[in-house]
Amino acid sequence: MTATVSGTTGAALVLGDDALVLSHRLAEWAGHAPVLEEEVALANIALDLLGQARVLLSMAGDEDELAYLREERAFRNLQLVEQPNGDFAHTIVRQLLFSTYQRFLYEALAGDRVFGPLAAKAVKEVAYHQDHAEQWTLRLGDGTDESQARMQRGLDALWRYTGEMFRPVDGLESVKWQELEARWSSSVTSVIERATLRVPEGPRTGAWAAGAGREGLHTEPFGRMLAEMQHLHRSHPGASW
Amino acid sequence: MSGDWPLWEVFVRSRRGLSHTHAGSLHAPDAELALRNARDLYTRRSEGVSIWVVPSTAITASSPDEKDPFFEPSADKPYRHPTFYEIPDGVKHL
Amino acid sequence: MTTVTDAGQTAVDADRTAVFDAAVAADERIEPRDWMPDAYRATLVRQIAQHAHSEIIGMQPEANWITRAPSLRRKAILIAKVQDEAGHGLYLYSAAETLGTSREELLDKLHAGRQKYSSIFNYPTLTWADVGAIGWLVDGAAITNQVPICRCSYGPYARAMVRICKEESFHQRQGFELLLTLSRGTEAQHAMAQDAVNRWWWPSLMMFGPPDDESSHSAQSMAWKIKRHSNDELRQRFVDIAVPQAEALGLTLPDPDLKWNEERGQHDFGAIDWTEFWDVLKGNGPCNEQRITQRRTAHEDGAWVRDAAAAHAAKHTERTTARSAQNEQEATA
Repeated sequence: MTATVSGTTGAALVLGDDALVLSHRLAEWAGHAPVLEEEVALANIALDLLGQARVLLSMAGDEDELAYLREERAFRNLQLVEQPNGDFAHTIVRQLLFSTYQRFLYEALAGDRVFGPLAAKAVKEVAYHQDHAEQWTLRLGDGTDESQARMQRGLDALWRYTGEMFRPVDGLESVKWQELEARWSSSVTSVIERATLRVPEGPRTGAWAAGAGREGLHTEPFGRMLAEMQHLHRSHPGASW
Repeated sequence: MSGDWPLWEVFVRSRRGLSHTHAGSLHAPDAELALRNARDLYTRRSEGVSIWVVPSTAITASSPDEKDPFFEPSADKPYRHPTFYEIPDGVKHL
Repeated sequence: MTTVTDAGQTAVDADRTAVFDAAVAADERIEPRDWMPDAYRATLVRQIAQHAHSEIIGMQPEANWITRAPSLRRKAILIAKVQDEAGHGLYLYSAAETLGTSREELLDKLHAGRQKYSSIFNYPTLTWADVGAIGWLVDGAAITNQVPICRCSYGPYARAMVRICKEESFHQRQGFELLLTLSRGTEAQHAMAQDAVNRWWWPSLMMFGPPDDESSHSAQSMAWKIKRHSNDELRQRFVDIAVPQAEALGLTLPDPDLKWNEERGQHDFGAIDWTEFWDVLKGNGPCNEQRITQRRTAHEDGAWVRDAAAAHAAKHTERTTARSAQNEQEATA
């Protein structure tokens, strides 16, 4: 897979890589969550996303070859989803920003000839992810001074990765990107304000910070994530698991 | 501390047409999260179509010590049950 | 039958004991609000807590491989399995709460090293095959132990176990299937599988606890029908089940003394190294320190989250109360 893939295959990789990478990050929480109930919740979200990733990658080729044998530069995911978990606030902010986007994106794709069937099923899962993120944003934002400070830090740190989400993707012609951005913006702003948090003032686009994940340019932590994820599979070429 | 998160009892309706039955309990800071935690924990294998959560402290239970006055008096009223009545063979729809 | 009679016990208590004993003898279930002897309650709390702790500590050795799972299918299975363990921990802590002991209290004891969890989880998962060996052997041993607890005399514990056993049936099968794939795979994969079985076999046999003549709580627990079979009985049952399964896997079990005994109709097996068992139990296993530190760290790092949610709930209640008070005032004004 190279930077020249386009059309359906490219779009399947874009959507599939987002789901695959975020699922991996969420699964890293296993055994580390702040409370047992949240172990179960985060794993549920990780499993939903992994399920989506498998369907999408299979539309583009062999799911395992694509997940385990591509180099970093061939991944099409947003830089947002590859960001390390940080503390629970950081993870929740990442969930809020991404699941809101993914929900509206899948809604826009519901009538798509190619992605419609997947989107129709996945949008229900993602609506729950968004609700989970919103519930926690409200509680942590309007909780204690400490939780509020942590949430604001998370927002300020991740805001710069959000501009990239609305750059049109080849193969997703049924999506109206400006409309998508407007819906996202109004939804996220409303939650942030109800959580007594501040919408960051920093830029959402610009140079590297614009995020170029869709073009295969990623952030440093992503290489390490892939090294860990791919190591075993690559150590046994051709083996079945 | 999760010690400050109250305990909730979870009731799940496994499918339409059946009543909610007690599934277990869990901790949550408030009712909304209790409902979501219950969904994640008690229906992750499609065990339910509807969930109730109730603060455990809101349940008033009969005491086992009162078991006899509560439940024994109903044991000697067999005429409440259809099997109490003898009906001649051949009579239908009764 | 048990005869817990103190010199100072009142006639009422003696009556209650008789009622309790009769219920246990008749295979009826004891329920949370029933009177029960203090020692019965304490034994249950200890056993359920240890069981719950084992579920959540047991997440660690397997979670260790989630991020390296070699196929997406295996990764999904492993996430679901580790998630189940968190869920099972929750069911069991709930069962313990019906005895008047909060989860917080039990976690504090675990973190302080005052309550135990199954020693098996103090062994490291060194290769991917360990995930299979845990599923096949460790979960296999756990299921052998747990199925009889579904008939335990204490209702909430028995009900939690029914749910757990139902959900766990996939755990052992996925482990077996994982090992079978490795065993039939490349030479390196086969070697990986054999190595894992070699390392997990003996610790799995130790999971049934010390031999019957050295087991301190067994007799009383059997009398109370908390436990239904002795440690040695269950261990034997497990060995007899595992031997043909190992054959089907094309793997060997690391015990030269293991052989069928025609006369007993069971397998003979070699002597277990109980020195190792007691040593790991005392805290000197390869991972005791690491496991408990990770657990404690997760709990401490999560304190601000739990506090924040509690604070939010308190504010919310205050606001709702204030609002309804205001509404009332307005209504009566």
